[in-house]
Amino acid sequence: MHDPTDPPFAIIDFSGSAINRELNSEDKVGFYRKMVEIRRFEQACLKYYNKDRMGGFLHLYIGQESVAVAVASLMGEHDHIITAYRDHGHALAVGMSMNECMAELFGKATGCSKGKGGSMHFFAPDKNYWGGHGIVAGQTPLGLGLGYGLKYRGLDGCALCFLGDGAINQGAFHEALNLAALFEIPVVFIIENNGYSMGTSQKRSSAFRDCLAQRAEAYDMAWDLVNGEDLYEVRAKTHIAMERARREQRPTLLEIQTYRYYGHSVADANAKKYRSPEEIERYKTYHDPIRLWKRRLLAEKVLREEEAAEIDTECKQMAEASAEFAEQSPAPTAKEILEDVYWEVDQDTEAGNTGRHFFND
Amino acid sequence: MRELLYRHALREALDEELARDENVVIMGEEVAQYNGAYKVTEGLWEKWGDRRVVDTPISEAGFIGMGVGASLLGLRPVMELMFWSFHSVAFDQLVNNAGCVRYMSGGLINVPIVVRGPANGGTNVGATHSHCPEGLFAAFPGLKVCAPATPADAKGLMKAAIRDNDPVFFMENTKLYGTKGAVPDPGEGDHLVPLGSAEVKRTGNDISLIAHGRSVLHALEAAETLATDHNISAEVVDLRSIRPLDQDTIVNSVIKTSRAVLVDESKPFNGVSSQVATLIQEHAFDHLDAPVKRVCTVDAPAIYSPHIEGEQLPNPRRVVEQVLTIV
Repeated sequence: MHDPTDPPFAIIDFSGSAINRELNSEDKVGFYRKMVEIRRFEQACLKYYNKDRMGGFLHLYIGQESVAVAVASLMGEHDHIITAYRDHGHALAVGMSMNECMAELFGKATGCSKGKGGSMHFFAPDKNYWGGHGIVAGQTPLGLGLGYGLKYRGLDGCALCFLGDGAINQGAFHEALNLAALFEIPVVFIIENNGYSMGTSQKRSSAFRDCLAQRAEAYDMAWDLVNGEDLYEVRAKTHIAMERARREQRPTLLEIQTYRYYGHSVADANAKKYRSPEEIERYKTYHDPIRLWKRRLLAEKVLREEEAAEIDTECKQMAEASAEFAEQSPAPTAKEILEDVYWEVDQDTEAGNTGRHFFND
Repeated sequence: MRELLYRHALREALDEELARDENVVIMGEEVAQYNGAYKVTEGLWEKWGDRRVVDTPISEAGFIGMGVGASLLGLRPVMELMFWSFHSVAFDQLVNNAGCVRYMSGGLINVPIVVRGPANGGTNVGATHSHCPEGLFAAFPGLKVCAPATPADAKGLMKAAIRDNDPVFFMENTKLYGTKGAVPDPGEGDHLVPLGSAEVKRTGNDISLIAHGRSVLHALEAAETLATDHNISAEVVDLRSIRPLDQDTIVNSVIKTSRAVLVDESKPFNGVSSQVATLIQEHAFDHLDAPVKRVCTVDAPAIYSPHIEGEQLPNPRRVVEQVLTIV
């Protein structure tokens, strides 16, 4: 098993791969901006969570930004995305606004789910983003289903189904893998392996000693291992998997090695017990995806230090502004608890008006 | 009497039963080295070691089924669901295996397991993490369900559940883990609360408030307000055990007061209170001076927003308002 803080294997330069050669400097700086946006947003979330502006759980994406940004950057019109409960990074990466996301966390009516879903349950179907799912691995058969729907409708696209390393031991995930291979579904399962399923290391939860993605072999499925700290590599390898899905209708299991700086959630009281502070520091110093990407762009001379600093300031301000927006937004009313339960009732159709739907007094 | 936190009362019950019976094994996600997501099992792994307190991967169907299978050979697994909301992942094991195997074997075998964990709303964790499935599981004959409101009942029911030879689904509450209450000292002997036994937590004459779990605390607070502000004497019946259900205590209370408001964190459709209301109309109909009313969780999936989740759930104000419609 890899120490999650060590580079998983020798670094190969993926900047020359075809999908990366297409990038212009604006694209590259855009990725930098998006990663910084996510980090600044998450830091603002932490601040306001600790000020009791949010309830429930807060699973931060800090440290993993390159994964969502790189994958989302490859999405075309008919590519769809679904993920688990650590979902803010993917939401921002597909273009959801900080305002709607922050307002959701504040439990406000202006939130992406009108304050009904919370941190774990963001959705934006208009951006091909299908959540935000709270139960470990519960989204994996749904990702399969998005792929099934694409294939059935003859659309040139694929489903991108994210999961954490803790999800790989759930039965639903294995059932989904088998179905994907058996039915030849255009889906890419993407394990974001941050090394810990809550407080349990991979060594203590997985009987399989090699990389997690290799489990795909049991389903005659293609797989690959990806160094998540390198945005070029994530793009290059994910692109191959997406093309396999779109052109050959064959699924792939990718394992992207990454790291989370904070606990499983902010409420994770043991976040600094099951791993050492040195481990966290080492990752921040040597493997931080934003720091590495910045260094890369500076070396390529497509970004200047001052410009990077400006981007950072802007993103910080955006995050603060989103908190202000959320703070000023109205809360949902008690009446709204009963809205959005049934489509037919909400649309006031004949079906929605036939028989009793709700059983309050 | 000494006071314990609800979570510590549960831990004491688990610790005592681990000591009493070598067949008791605790298993679940993060129950051992992490000390439990909600610290109910804190210190037990250190004390009892890997054999008795077992961390599992995130595989609810797998480890719940494993516990059911192990119980066939005489083990007494106590399995933690980090949230009872995760029951849906292991539904086949919980219902078809734990609930039906005794019947299907014509009584040849039994399943002495406990499945425990928090089952409640009120912590703003959204629809997937806020289910209250006590009514759901009580609907399956073969399964037993309890939902203690106080530390003493939590301890006594847990010990009874572990010793019970049938599957007992034990529903705790994250909002209760930090509450404190008197719990008998172990030196005074085993503290057991039998399944199937309700308790009148406050006596009164004008109306019966019948509740379980955290709703008992809401009912008690409402009873206080009713006495102080409205001169109404409310009796509070704590069901404690959902199935078996203490029909006599329910019916006797309603015969005495002639009115009932049922306080139930379940959703109204087929919630626990649906069954209680049926029992009352079947067995105390002639004594009723008003329709039986309920305060349930408002009939929608759990809303996240911290601004209004409290209004979706039963709360003392809603109980008082409901009482005032029939007294």
